[in-house]
Amino acid sequence: MNTIDCDIHNEVPAIETLFPYLPEQWVEQINHTVFNGPFEYDAAYPPKSDLAVRPESRVEGRHPDPATVREQALGPDVALGILLCTYGVDSLRNPDQAVALARAVNDWQIAEWLDVDSRLRSSIVVPPQLPAQAAAEIDRVADHPGFVQVALPARSQHPYGNRIFHPLWEAVVRHDLVGGIYFGGAPGNPPTAVGWPSYFIEEYVGMSAVFAAQVTSLVSEGTFDEFPSLRVTLLESGTSWLPSHMWRFDKEWKNLRMQVPWVRRPPSAYIRDHMRLTFEPWDVPREEGETRRIFEQLGSSDMLLFGSGYPHQRIGDPEQILGWLPDAAADRIRSDNARDWYRI
Amino acid sequence: MTSVLERPADRIEPTKLGIVDCDIHNYWDSVSELFPYLSKRWQDYFEEFGQRQYLGGGYPRFWSDPVDKRPPSGRRPGADVGFMSSDHLDRNDIAYGILIPLNPAARMSSLPFASAFASAINDWQVEHWLNPEPRFRASLVVANDDVPRAVAEIHRTAADKRFVQVMFSGRPHQPMGRETYWPIYEACVEHGLAVMSHAFGSSGNPITGAGWASYYIEDHVGPPQAMQANITSMVMEGVFEQFPTLRVISVENGFGWVPPLVWRMDSAYKLLHSEVPYLKRLPSEYVAEHVYFATQPVEEPEKREYFAGIFEQFPALVDRLVFSSDYPHWDGDEPARALPLLRDTELRDKVLLHNGRRLYGFA
Repeated sequence: MNTIDCDIHNEVPAIETLFPYLPEQWVEQINHTVFNGPFEYDAAYPPKSDLAVRPESRVEGRHPDPATVREQALGPDVALGILLCTYGVDSLRNPDQAVALARAVNDWQIAEWLDVDSRLRSSIVVPPQLPAQAAAEIDRVADHPGFVQVALPARSQHPYGNRIFHPLWEAVVRHDLVGGIYFGGAPGNPPTAVGWPSYFIEEYVGMSAVFAAQVTSLVSEGTFDEFPSLRVTLLESGTSWLPSHMWRFDKEWKNLRMQVPWVRRPPSAYIRDHMRLTFEPWDVPREEGETRRIFEQLGSSDMLLFGSGYPHQRIGDPEQILGWLPDAAADRIRSDNARDWYRI
Repeated sequence: MTSVLERPADRIEPTKLGIVDCDIHNYWDSVSELFPYLSKRWQDYFEEFGQRQYLGGGYPRFWSDPVDKRPPSGRRPGADVGFMSSDHLDRNDIAYGILIPLNPAARMSSLPFASAFASAINDWQVEHWLNPEPRFRASLVVANDDVPRAVAEIHRTAADKRFVQVMFSGRPHQPMGRETYWPIYEACVEHGLAVMSHAFGSSGNPITGAGWASYYIEDHVGPPQAMQANITSMVMEGVFEQFPTLRVISVENGFGWVPPLVWRMDSAYKLLHSEVPYLKRLPSEYVAEHVYFATQPVEEPEKREYFAGIFEQFPALVDRLVFSSDYPHWDGDEPARALPLLRDTELRDKVLLHNGRRLYGFA
């Protein structure tokens, strides 16, 4: 088999992991001040939960190291794996720290992942709160053939269609990369439109609403008109929420497109041309009829990319779900869509 | 020229019962109409300092109200009780019209003034709307974040059964399930009131979980996401375990997103139930039992069969969807035209006539 797994996490196990890639100034600060990198609790998933890391994948209680990830995630049926590191530089207020840590993470990815195993591709870590510096970091490392994507947390200070992000999108397009918007983020503003919820389960459910806001913003602001070659993947967004969001968005566009005249086609057309979603977590009921219905409502067999979410706790068997779809569509989801999208 | 003032030819067939419309906006023509219901202190405050509120996040409504909703009296649309009775209730066969006075109380900076302002709106509603037109029922306005005064206002007005629900901003300062708000729900349950959240607004937070959007179209696509957070919060915090008879109604948020929301909640609950151990049922079951959804803006899926599919995906919606017009706004739905995709006459009758009666206990 030649599956392409578009969602394998390569998280930084500990701040010390980055020491070989950090300038001495920052190593010294980490050793001698209370600064210790992004806060543990700014992680996308509660770090000690099985949801974040299934027990068999923990190494010394932490995120798995490169050898473990390669052993467990790159099975015989996986031809290529696209890595996603969600290191929380977006939560750092000190811009110098944010830039230094992003650079270190990317150099670590090159040295300990991409240059070690040719089956791996990865995502560039950038500080999205600093679009110009993010663009500079993309320019610095994008020539490495292993990088196919720029990792952007779904939660952001401003929605990604906002014009302040144009330098970032210009760099993504300049290097023919994909913008990978992923579950999580810790920008300081609340994760919902109604403030801070009490429990993680609320954030987990509600992240689809954050993705919906990003989709609304990117289309409404004309990001895809400004950058016609831009491709955006929504990673771990779930899929069930998108059809009804497209209906509402298309309806409002009919009423209000006069305000955003650059949006020349229904929003759903932009979404289908410029966006893809990873497969897990599958938030549609696990039965054939509903799976086929949502698949049809997404409106294209190109929309989904296989992604395991390793080392997250598995919820059911993805092969069972793929088995309910037409064979040609399942094959596209396993590999062809990713090959086209990521130019592999 | 044939003017837009001409009435549409299609009128709804009169029904035996008459329609229940769960979203009619009543306005004052001038805010000075509230002054008789404000103390001298707050009148003076208002005159000098105005309606101080959270600033920096406004999305002015893109369209003004339709020309044909302008009363001959010259008052603004929605501000003439007689015209609203004839233009909307009579013409559209409305037996009960639920008034929702959009107002800034939930986002005012001063809690004491916000609560005084809210009380004034309620007294104004009694005299200017409920007394002249017996088909109207009203939403009780409270300052959502001034919880003790909100509870006091509920008790103050409780004897007047024409108030049928307590109003929440579409985007309150905290998710609606937070224990902060529970005394309001306790008072609602005590007096048989529903809790209603109407779309839009901001109580100081950015209007998305990814910060401030730029355009009105984003504000207008966004209400479902805010209401999803409110419903998720109410379910996960255990509001419906604490208040087993509480009814909640979501207004102007649509309803196509309800099936995916309950799916996400149920699948998350399977993974994370240890975080909310006081829940005794699946999240979808709480929603099915406690939450009503108003129709407007009615869903317009890409294919006709997807509309019927929403009810297959979440069958409880058959008994929880209630008609709303949003009169007199530009994007309102008239009953004769609002539900073109509801071909099933039994379901149509439930949405137009029966579900609203059950929600509010009308005969």
